[in-house]
Amino acid sequence: MPEVTSSAPEEGRAQLSLEQFAALLAALRGEGWRLVGPTVRDGALVHEDISGAEELPRGWTEVQEAGTYRLARREDGALFGYSVGPKSWKHLLFVPRLRLMSAHREAEGFRVESEPTEPPRLALIGARSCDLHAIAVQDRTFLEGPYKDPDYAARRERLFVVAVNCGQAGGTCFCVSMRTGPRATFGFDIALTEVLEGGHRFLAEAGSERGAALLSRLEARPASEEDIQAADAVVERTAQSMGRTMDTTDIKGLLYRNLEHPRWDDVAQRCLACTNCTLVCPTCFCSTVEDTSDLRGDVAERWRRWDSCFTLDHSYLHGGNVRHTIRGRYRQWLTHKVASWWDQFGTSGCIGCGRCITWCPVGIDITEEVAAIRATDGARSGA
Amino acid sequence: MSPGAPLAAGAAGPMTPEPLRVRSLRRETADTWTVSLDVSRRPGGFPFQPGQFNMLYVFGVGEVAISISGDPGRPAELLHTVRTVGAATHALRGIGRGGTLGVRGPYGRPWPMEEARGQDVVVVAGGLGLAPLRPAILHLLRHRAEYGRVSVLVGARTPEDLPFRRELARWQEDSRLRVLVTVDKASPGWTEHVGVVPALLSDVEVDPARTVALMCGPEVMMRFTVRELERRGVPDARIHLSLERNMKCAVGFCGHCQLVPYFVCKDGPVFPYEKLRPFINLREV
Repeated sequence: MPEVTSSAPEEGRAQLSLEQFAALLAALRGEGWRLVGPTVRDGALVHEDISGAEELPRGWTEVQEAGTYRLARREDGALFGYSVGPKSWKHLLFVPRLRLMSAHREAEGFRVESEPTEPPRLALIGARSCDLHAIAVQDRTFLEGPYKDPDYAARRERLFVVAVNCGQAGGTCFCVSMRTGPRATFGFDIALTEVLEGGHRFLAEAGSERGAALLSRLEARPASEEDIQAADAVVERTAQSMGRTMDTTDIKGLLYRNLEHPRWDDVAQRCLACTNCTLVCPTCFCSTVEDTSDLRGDVAERWRRWDSCFTLDHSYLHGGNVRHTIRGRYRQWLTHKVASWWDQFGTSGCIGCGRCITWCPVGIDITEEVAAIRATDGARSGA
Repeated sequence: MSPGAPLAAGAAGPMTPEPLRVRSLRRETADTWTVSLDVSRRPGGFPFQPGQFNMLYVFGVGEVAISISGDPGRPAELLHTVRTVGAATHALRGIGRGGTLGVRGPYGRPWPMEEARGQDVVVVAGGLGLAPLRPAILHLLRHRAEYGRVSVLVGARTPEDLPFRRELARWQEDSRLRVLVTVDKASPGWTEHVGVVPALLSDVEVDPARTVALMCGPEVMMRFTVRELERRGVPDARIHLSLERNMKCAVGFCGHCQLVPYFVCKDGPVFPYEKLRPFINLREV
């Protein structure tokens, strides 16, 4: 993963006024991009279709703790004055439900039609560094294995990314520990830093040619040394105020040698196996396949649907389930996330966004569980 | 790519099966059938390597991972041996001759037939575990001169549960193979062994320096067989196991078949024991 680097003055950095930022979104719409950005919905900040800057959550923030999420008012008019809501961008790339094919009965056998992959052109507005890392993690599953997922590939290709460097850490954030933020270092067309002190404005940085072209059309003023320093200070302050930390030293070895640690029994007493953590996790990729047919039996369909390793069915084999206890399922999830992901994909599966901590109904904290195992490394369950 | 450029529509993705006609069905045991699929319209038939599997789709019902049980030297014939245990396998059995199945594959890491060349080979099968091993045995017979001693150890619950029974009898008459069969519970007229599969190893001469073991069956049977082979000095790197896990995609997307660091679908189903040793004896992995 790339290191968090400090920005140096260079070409392609510009200072945007609020009006120019609104014009940026309008220009993207004008080019045929569908804008998807944060907006207030049902008491949470979620990524939805937006028509422009006026729908962004101006003056809103979030209060996040283990098992707790609340919206709150800010003193200022910040547009991106929070960290990450429950919805990552996973919904848009690895979609929750997808028809994979239809099959049509014929006089002799059946004919299979695969699904066309013509997804919309989406502009992601306000993507955070942790979530850009999460997309890169999912790329390894769906694009870089022996097989490519054609639907994911098509959606992935049709993105314009406007990243936002975080101006505020959430109560459950730990991107600094995972080296995934808070500054966006790749995977964007334009990265913004929202600066509130000394006048509400954005520092904009191009990450691609089309991003640079768009910025130049806005006729924005090139950023000065002071502008860049002000933006760097915003990101630095965020990095200093992480809600959580996780010691990742030899984390794979730690988990692999503690597969019989008593902490698994302990967390199994608390975990409800509700699957929330896997649904909010931006890297969890498990899915199941459902084959159905119409009542006449003439047309059959195959659907892919999000699944979770916390369900009993996930490990079903004739005669039983491999992971029949919550202990076994929580251990699978956490060990996969921070340890075996390295073996499978050469990266951590955890990007430190903290969603699994916030959205766990009983407040199980991945950083706390790893720390507890580390504190008693080598302990073995009496069972 | 430039925005708005058209993407190839309808390109068959890795989750799209190919319809193939059922050429014949042959009963192996009370609940197990060998299905032969017609691949005559495919140029080159259906080439595969011993130990690989396909996903078989029953129209509107579902899809299951099934080992290919035919002869890798005869790609014009595509065989799967299926036990009726769930909705999809029951429906699969019900399709009958002339019906159509969807097939995608072949998938997975095969038996190490190259690595075993010049070595003695011990094949150990429990019940329907013989199905993915049958292509390996047929490969060994076809290339018999390239291998050392070949032993085939097969176990089942009862004599009636033995798949490929007539073929096993033929193999027992074949001087090129040593075939030992055991059952947990004998029925009248049974003259072979009674007992667990690992016990058959005591009747087999094992030269640890030149033995490769291939095994498939219930995990408990494989664990005890591995223990016995290790006791006889066979290194973990030359003991190969074929594993079974829930599979929805077979191409590394769905996550169901994970075994700690591995995806059984793409890293297996055949693994050398040295890779499994840290994990396979734990519960619920």
